[in-house]
Amino acid sequence: MGDFQIKKQPKQYDVVIVGSGAGGGMAAYALSKEGLSVCLLEAGYMYDPQKNITQLKNPWESPRRGASTKLRPFGDFDASYYGWDIEGEPYTKASGTDWLWWRARMLGGRTNHWGRISLRFGPKDFKRKSIDGLGDDWPIGYEDIKPYYDKIDELIGIFGTNEGLENDPDGVFLPPPKPRLHELFIKRAAEQAQVKVIPSRLSILTKKIKSTTDDRGACFFCGQCNRNCSMAKADFSSTNVLIYPALKTAKVDVVANAMAREVLTNKEGLATGVSYINKEDMSEYQVSGKVVIVAAGACESSRLLLNSKSQRHPNGLANSSGVVGKYLHDSTGAALGGYLPTLFGRKRYNEDGVGGLHVYSPWWLDNKKLDFPRGYHIEYWGGMGQPAYGFMGGIESFNGKYLVNGVKKEAGGYGKSLKEDYRYFYGASVGMAGRGEAIPREDNYCEIDPNVVDKFGIPVLKFNVKWSDYEVKQAKHMKETFKEIMHNMGAVITWGANDDEKNQYGLAKPGEIIHEAGTVRMGSSAKNSALNSWNQAHDCKNLFVVDGGAFTSQADKNITWTILALSMRASDYIVSELKKNNL
Amino acid sequence: MKRRESLKLIVTGAVAVPAVVAGCGPDEKKAEVAAANPTFTIDRNPAEIENEKRILAMPKFFTDHEMATIAILSDIIIPKDEVSGSATDAKVPEFIEFIVKDMPNHQTPLRGGLRWLDMQSLNRYNNAFKDCSKEQQIELIDQIAYPAKAKPEVAQGVSFFNKMRDMVATGFYTSQIGVKDIGYMGNVPTQWNGVPDDVLKQYGLAYTEKELKECISFEKPTA
Repeated sequence: MGDFQIKKQPKQYDVVIVGSGAGGGMAAYALSKEGLSVCLLEAGYMYDPQKNITQLKNPWESPRRGASTKLRPFGDFDASYYGWDIEGEPYTKASGTDWLWWRARMLGGRTNHWGRISLRFGPKDFKRKSIDGLGDDWPIGYEDIKPYYDKIDELIGIFGTNEGLENDPDGVFLPPPKPRLHELFIKRAAEQAQVKVIPSRLSILTKKIKSTTDDRGACFFCGQCNRNCSMAKADFSSTNVLIYPALKTAKVDVVANAMAREVLTNKEGLATGVSYINKEDMSEYQVSGKVVIVAAGACESSRLLLNSKSQRHPNGLANSSGVVGKYLHDSTGAALGGYLPTLFGRKRYNEDGVGGLHVYSPWWLDNKKLDFPRGYHIEYWGGMGQPAYGFMGGIESFNGKYLVNGVKKEAGGYGKSLKEDYRYFYGASVGMAGRGEAIPREDNYCEIDPNVVDKFGIPVLKFNVKWSDYEVKQAKHMKETFKEIMHNMGAVITWGANDDEKNQYGLAKPGEIIHEAGTVRMGSSAKNSALNSWNQAHDCKNLFVVDGGAFTSQADKNITWTILALSMRASDYIVSELKKNNL
Repeated sequence: MKRRESLKLIVTGAVAVPAVVAGCGPDEKKAEVAAANPTFTIDRNPAEIENEKRILAMPKFFTDHEMATIAILSDIIIPKDEVSGSATDAKVPEFIEFIVKDMPNHQTPLRGGLRWLDMQSLNRYNNAFKDCSKEQQIELIDQIAYPAKAKPEVAQGVSFFNKMRDMVATGFYTSQIGVKDIGYMGNVPTQWNGVPDDVLKQYGLAYTEKELKECISFEKPTA
């Protein structure tokens, strides 16, 4: 520590961005295209999908056959570095509460592996308090964000269909892929249960488009979007679609392995830059900018702001209201699955399709007739997937229950007969999951743990989150719906059906669905919100937060498309305010 | 399987496992990494490279005796048939040796289960499992391979065999031989044009007018 000092980067940037996922990537792209100089800080490794490739690899190319590790929790071929548990970067929880915190540590963050489910929020989603009296209305409405959804659809690309649904708005869609076999069965069974099924809306290019870069191709249907589309750049990731194209402007410097410590402010209380530790040389750095954009992920962003205390901002930056860290909420989630016996012994063909579902069910009910507020959408899966670690595990629990090619067998077994069983049962799995809207509550929060620091000496987050009855009742409704759909198609449920109030009907733990939002929320009043309607801090005009933290509520829709739209909108605003010398 | 054959398999398999060199010089280290690298031909980040170097440098977990037993069990579970080769053809024992280092929670159930099997064999046939006749081996496996009709006193053996069945199935069906056997035809660039017509017909299904109109279609149907 003899030469322990803080190294100040001499360059003065127009904008310093913390985090390179959907929000940070979009800001870097939009601002650099406008000629602004950008320093993009990323806490994780450098990553280039054109060089770091898992797409089109075979299961045997991983000696663990695609199994997960702490370093790659969704499996060896998945494109996310880290996730649930990062060595030296702990977090804590208040007793009796739960939180699972996903942190991708790589350029592009979790957009490299996400599900590409790209759902616009609808008009009602911005005005929920006016409808059911719970939570708060956003300071903006659908009409404010619609032009940006349209631009994102065109710039990044999405498939889907215009259905004219009131709260699941139409968009600028490419044609969707046709349903797979199990999806045809699901559709019929769901419709019998009065559940609407429509083509899914995924940010995958079924046709080549003019995008942020001219070398994006069309999807070639390998079903591996979670590995990131190295070969065709046909799905959305912040890296392929935003950051690498932005780097071509020569206006963007990326600093990987840069863990932000604090947003720096001057005596007027304005942001001047960011201090960070470089994980490679373990040295301390400062980088300065006229504008600071925080997009580290809802929880990490609130941590950074709470750790950025100064005389002018004694509660942490952008936190005179005290709301930073509060209103933390994730999507609700519940799932079940099993087998569709009609598919036993099915004909083989390539049905990889796009990565994920070809059809889904948007929320279809009226809450007036239900015992919980808000809704959920349903995602479906099944069929003939690439074998991986755990392949058809526990076959002894079902191979004695069904005739195999007309013959009744004893459960378990071995040998040629067992090989016949694997062939017979393969490709018949089917399952579904709900993703719903939780109510953001002030008493669900993260805060700085007064006693714990990470290995860089940065105080860590302590979580205090519990589900309420609303979310539990939603999960119960999900499971009842799923059972009805499974029953209607003659499917056998092998997991997820034995639920009761004790396990909250299989409701996923808070954080587990990885849609966390609300911690730096927007609002019309500086008294009970951190940001105004432009993602700009009420307390610090040259500070913006453009990740899920800014959400007043998160709808029953995955939040990425809205993060992108709001980040693009905030970027437009930054450009225009800079021109007016307002920042 | 003959003792000599199974030994031969172990020897061939051992080639794939890099030898452990304690306190080796920089050149030897380089050679070791070179031997280890071909086993992961997918993107690895720096932390993974460290982790996998560590795993690949571990000493062998299973003894030769245990590996011989694993090889026999693997081929009892997945033998060669008219469609595809056997578990040892697909190098399943080598997979199991790797996975117990990667996931140490498998070590005790497998090691203990193998010993359980040997003790049963010794009591019944006065030989370790691997040295029993094929008929004796099958007679014993029949006691533990069918959970619903197995006797309570061999319940531990049933658990072990269930675990082995899963292990071998994973190792086999994620190998080149196994993927071909199960008939997975994906992981290649294609154009998804919907469920093939003959399959739709088989299940009495058809795409709706709306689906045919709004979904993407390609000239050349999916193979």
